Amino acid sequence: MKRFSPLFSLLVGLLFSAAALAQQGPIKIGMSMPQTGGLGAGGQSALLALRMWVEDVNAKGGLLGRKVELIAYDDQTNPANTPGIYTKLLDIDKVDLLIAPYGTVPTAPIMPLVKQRGLLLMGNFSFGVNNVVKHDMWFNNAPWNTAASWSDGFIQAGQKLGGKTIAFLAADNDFAQNLANGARELAKKAGLQTVYNQNYPPTTQDFSSLVRGIRAAKPDIVFVMSYPPDSVAIVRAVNEIGVGDSVKIFGGGMVGLQFTPIMTNLGSSLNGIVNYNSFVPGIKYPGIDDFLKRYAVKAAEAKVDPLGFYLPPFNYAIGQMYEQAINATKSLDHKRLADYLRKNEMQTIVGPIRYGPDGEWANARVVQAQFRGVTDKNTDQFREVGKQIVLYPPQYKTGDVIAPFEKARGK
Amino acid sequence: MPLDLLLEGILFGILLGCFYAAVSMGLSVSFGLLDVPHVAHPAVMVVGSYCTFLLSRMGLDPIVAGLVLMPPFFLLGMLMYRFYYEAFEKRGTEAGVRGIAFFFGVALIIEVGLIVSFGVDQRMVEASYIGSSLRFGDIRIPQRTLVVFGVAIAMSVLLTLYMSKTFTGRAIKAVAQDEPALRLMGANPVRIKQWAFGIATAVAALAGAMLIIIGPVDPNMDRIYIGRTFAVVVLAGLGSMTGTIFAGLILGISESLVLIHPDLGASWAPAVSFALLLLVLGIRPQGLFGR
Repeated sequence: MKRFSPLFSLLVGLLFSAAALAQQGPIKIGMSMPQTGGLGAGGQSALLALRMWVEDVNAKGGLLGRKVELIAYDDQTNPANTPGIYTKLLDIDKVDLLIAPYGTVPTAPIMPLVKQRGLLLMGNFSFGVNNVVKHDMWFNNAPWNTAASWSDGFIQAGQKLGGKTIAFLAADNDFAQNLANGARELAKKAGLQTVYNQNYPPTTQDFSSLVRGIRAAKPDIVFVMSYPPDSVAIVRAVNEIGVGDSVKIFGGGMVGLQFTPIMTNLGSSLNGIVNYNSFVPGIKYPGIDDFLKRYAVKAAEAKVDPLGFYLPPFNYAIGQMYEQAINATKSLDHKRLADYLRKNEMQTIVGPIRYGPDGEWANARVVQAQFRGVTDKNTDQFREVGKQIVLYPPQYKTGDVIAPFEKARGK
Repeated sequence: MPLDLLLEGILFGILLGCFYAAVSMGLSVSFGLLDVPHVAHPAVMVVGSYCTFLLSRMGLDPIVAGLVLMPPFFLLGMLMYRFYYEAFEKRGTEAGVRGIAFFFGVALIIEVGLIVSFGVDQRMVEASYIGSSLRFGDIRIPQRTLVVFGVAIAMSVLLTLYMSKTFTGRAIKAVAQDEPALRLMGANPVRIKQWAFGIATAVAALAGAMLIIIGPVDPNMDRIYIGRTFAVVVLAGLGSMTGTIFAGLILGISESLVLIHPDLGASWAPAVSFALLLLVLGIRPQGLFGR
């Protein structure tokens, strides 16, 4: 009987292995991402970044010898849609891995689902969604951890300026309230006297009355926690009504002032505002410059946020973390991946990330930056170092805050 | 609350109220007078905002752009009513319920169309009166709200005069009150209604210009205004233009006072406004100016 040579056996073996891998199909990663609604603009740029990672990883041969496929549905920034979408992803699309939608409000409703099914979930710029659920396979990509980490830099800057009184204006929803409560606690610990404390309804269209109320309270520090459409209206109302000469520092937690179309539209009326961010030019992370260059080309084609500082690098980082964990464990097992993520430092384009026991960053890196010298109708100016001066964290500081607020605005 | 703050609250409320009245005026005609459940009215208004945005990029002032848009929107409204009439009203008694579904569908198509055409980003316009304010001592009034106030008052006066002084206006009122009688007089109620719906849509275009003057718009913004506009029209007493201004003022002032008061809790603003609506309707079910 004729015997096969060892080389022939090896070739056949390899062929069968390749066929088996091909039969397994791609590794499916599923998520919902707001493409419309209040968080739609941010969601579009974030999804573009994730697709860039998928292209990059597939160009390198995929993961575990399989191509990677991203399945994403639009949740319309509507939290009522996300449980249904994730059930579909798991039961119909049979995805292997999950990424959370961008934002706190759409993420919160899926936390019980992933905990119940024992699934790993990579968080996507949400805040505090795991505080109650306490899921041990949750890992957030956001550079904050506790509420204090979000507002700490802002409150510290206000105190350094001699602030004694504080006003709070916050959107009346889960996300904003969680953060505003953190800031309120910090202010209390710091001995600041709260002279104004209002939560506004999400349907508010004109903020003249609220801004006038703040001016009447004569605070030293004004902490605002708002969603994108409201942030625009608040900045406009502040420009028209004014918050008064007493205010030394204004801003803090205004979502939307990180998005390019909003920054471009608001232009010079942003000057003086100190606000949180995830990344601004001037902060050096390995690989981020190359990513942003490639992103700018793709963003122009896709007509999404052309700068992409806020969300896209952190979404790309989600892919990088999956890549690192899967390559290291040679597995798609959620428990093994979670264990790896918990114990190891992840290398990403937004710097090294190490997770704490709650699945949030062990060391928060929320940036507080002041808009300076911004002119009208110019998007490219925001690529320059110096249009947003980093005040916090100290290791990335690029300048000191200009105060009072009216002086910083150039009024 | 200090007196100056109270007065400013009322002042902002008047300006806000006139804006609410302006965005409700078209609905006051289509729903109040014609009994067409036009839930797509705010969506049409948002289309007006986006068209204003396009025209303002060509250098037109937003209010002028709104006026320029009125004739094409008038024609659009006539077409829309004709379709609604042929598909629903002509066929019988369940037109109202089916009409709601139809106009919800129209609103959704408009939303998706705007998203596809313009994306999800907010759009805003620029004008000398946007972002600046008039100062009277310590009081500062945003000029954009003053402009909207003026246009809303002018629109209300013109519509009231048109409805009471012109033959077509009186015919529109007649069709709202007694359609068979109008038919017996030899007038064609469908053509009258079509004309009136055209007016309502043209007014919505101008309201859209005011909407984008007040603040940035996005394709889903119509959802915020469905409840508010219907509340204003019902509170006014269906079809009354003067009533629409007063109803807008009630909602605007109550909302503004709750928002400006440091201790009331701004979150209650919509609830207080709608509680007032219920209270008024409890006393006068026909609305403030309804008969």
